[in-house]
Amino acid sequence: MSASSPDIAVRHNILSRLLIHVALAVFAIYYLLPLYVMLVNSLKPLDEIRAGGMLSLPQTWTAAPWLSAWSTAQIGVEATGLRPYFVNSILMVIPAVTISTLLGALNGYVLTKWRFRGDTVIFGLMLLACFIPFQIVLIPMARVLGILGLAGTTWGLVMVHVVYGLGFTTLFFRNYYEAFPTELVRAAQIDGATFFQIFRRILLPSSGPIIVVTVIWQFTNIWNDFLFGASFADFDSIPMTVALNNLVSSSTGVKEYNVHFAGAILAALPTLVVYVVSGRYFVRGLMAGAVKG
Amino acid sequence: MAFLEIRNLSKSFGPVDVLRDISLEIEKGGFLVLVGPSGCGKSTLLNTIAGLESITKGEIHIAGRDIAGEPPSKRDIAMVFQSYALYPNMTVEQNIGFGMEIRGVPKDERDKAIGEVAEMLQIAHLLKRKPSQLSGGQRQRVAMGRALVRDPQVFLFDEPLSNLDAKLRVDMRTEIKRLHQRMGATIVYVTHDQIEAMTLATKIAVLKDGYLQQFGTPREIYNQPANIFVADFMGSPSMNLIPARIEEWDGALAIAMKTSSGEIRIAAPTRIGALKARAGGEVIFGIRPEALTDPEGADHTGKQVEKADCLIDVLEPAGSDTFAITQLGGKEVIARMRADASVEPGQIVPLAFNLDKAVFFDPATEQRLV
Repeated sequence: MSASSPDIAVRHNILSRLLIHVALAVFAIYYLLPLYVMLVNSLKPLDEIRAGGMLSLPQTWTAAPWLSAWSTAQIGVEATGLRPYFVNSILMVIPAVTISTLLGALNGYVLTKWRFRGDTVIFGLMLLACFIPFQIVLIPMARVLGILGLAGTTWGLVMVHVVYGLGFTTLFFRNYYEAFPTELVRAAQIDGATFFQIFRRILLPSSGPIIVVTVIWQFTNIWNDFLFGASFADFDSIPMTVALNNLVSSSTGVKEYNVHFAGAILAALPTLVVYVVSGRYFVRGLMAGAVKG
Repeated sequence: MAFLEIRNLSKSFGPVDVLRDISLEIEKGGFLVLVGPSGCGKSTLLNTIAGLESITKGEIHIAGRDIAGEPPSKRDIAMVFQSYALYPNMTVEQNIGFGMEIRGVPKDERDKAIGEVAEMLQIAHLLKRKPSQLSGGQRQRVAMGRALVRDPQVFLFDEPLSNLDAKLRVDMRTEIKRLHQRMGATIVYVTHDQIEAMTLATKIAVLKDGYLQQFGTPREIYNQPANIFVADFMGSPSMNLIPARIEEWDGALAIAMKTSSGEIRIAAPTRIGALKARAGGEVIFGIRPEALTDPEGADHTGKQVEKADCLIDVLEPAGSDTFAITQLGGKEVIARMRADASVEPGQIVPLAFNLDKAVFFDPATEQRLV
């Protein structure tokens, strides 16, 4: 009995592991299938798609749909491809993410290390901002942008996203700095460091993991935003998401599915890159903290 | 005039009074220990000296200068924190040099100062490491290095040894004492460990609930505690506090204490005048375990050593001494005997009370009778 029971246990273990792996593989395939369809079809000539066989590999491989989606496809009135809108999105997302992350860090620093009367109320109000639906603020925001003279500009969109992101970034940093030892701040005060010196020299260098989390969160949200882009952007500030919609849903001419697929992948690429690159830093940051203890 | 002087300091957080009318002073080169149970306000008091907490009332003077309104960096102090508070993103070298860097001290001057301090604390080989790569004791040294390199008027230590294991704590305690003797620095040191307080201090301030209970030299605090709290808090094992009655006996005064079976009487010390007025009344008789021992082990230079028979309940041999526990006045009383005293549990043996070391307290006010 004592000899056979470990064998049964091992066999049982292998069987359950096999089941788990099969289930995981099925789900992985299920979730990757749309990406596969997009990829193979973006590399086919349009005739092949029309002939059917969405799942089959291309018979003639072609990069033409990608080139078209990037630089020559008809979007709106001009045949510019997605390139100028991609640039618009980049010009919007980089300052918006940077500013909202920095302000969130500063807010978190003040709300935890420079407590003042009513700080919890202020934090509560900022938190509330996370729960306001986008649609409610559309009209007031349009009015504010008009008054500030930012209507229809990329900087107007930056401002909208910074204001909207602040609630989340503040929440992230406040919770992170809450656990940050206050004695470090006090030691720096005795060393003579000023408010901003403490922030820049002591807190920020230790904020790697939370900066990565915030950047991923903000980048994804701002890059993927459609509503604000569609509402507040002018011809020369239209972001990628809105342009993609214009490309795909244009009602004139032939539906170039392969171009649409290529365009959709292009639109999703930057967020993917951010995940792949900084996700690794994120995990590394967590691990480092765990080992230090 | 005292070097560090605190006058009538009060501090409240809203309606909560944390420190109430505290006055202390310490001369240049003195070692002031603030001691008390947790929540007594000792760390808050230290933080007010550091300038990390504002004060509600009172004055703080360092070297004759009122610093109560100054920010921490202008007070010419350095502080060692309980958690060491080393900047995790900087190397040991940068940690020690950070204050100088902020003050704009040139690099070569900085390096020289860091080198000297590192030499003194034997951490020169660790300068390039990050705090996370150091052991607890090494971090402790770096934290002290950061304070030393400033060469301040006053050093502030906030329970610096409480995160170390027992053996290291004793080593570092000795090292701090040696450092203090060598540098002649003025130190204010917070601890809840009364042995640390006794061994390090030139002056001790005992706090409880924001009130200063007693301020004096370690010897005064130990031998003439101002009240029952101080008597009980300082010393390990702590002082025996026995409910007793003062009686007239053969024209003199005696201390009568209940035992488990009856009552014992010993002659009262004549040096305490206040006892006469207490004749017939209740007092708390305080005697430290080392002043209550087997007659052979008693202090023969003592002017008044009284003997009485007591029933020994329990014996606790501790190697260097044997602690015998008996019942007096309804309380457990610890007597500290020689290690080889021939006593068995359950025996009735004579115990010697060294009344030179005895103190008496008023049971109502808890203050010491003089």
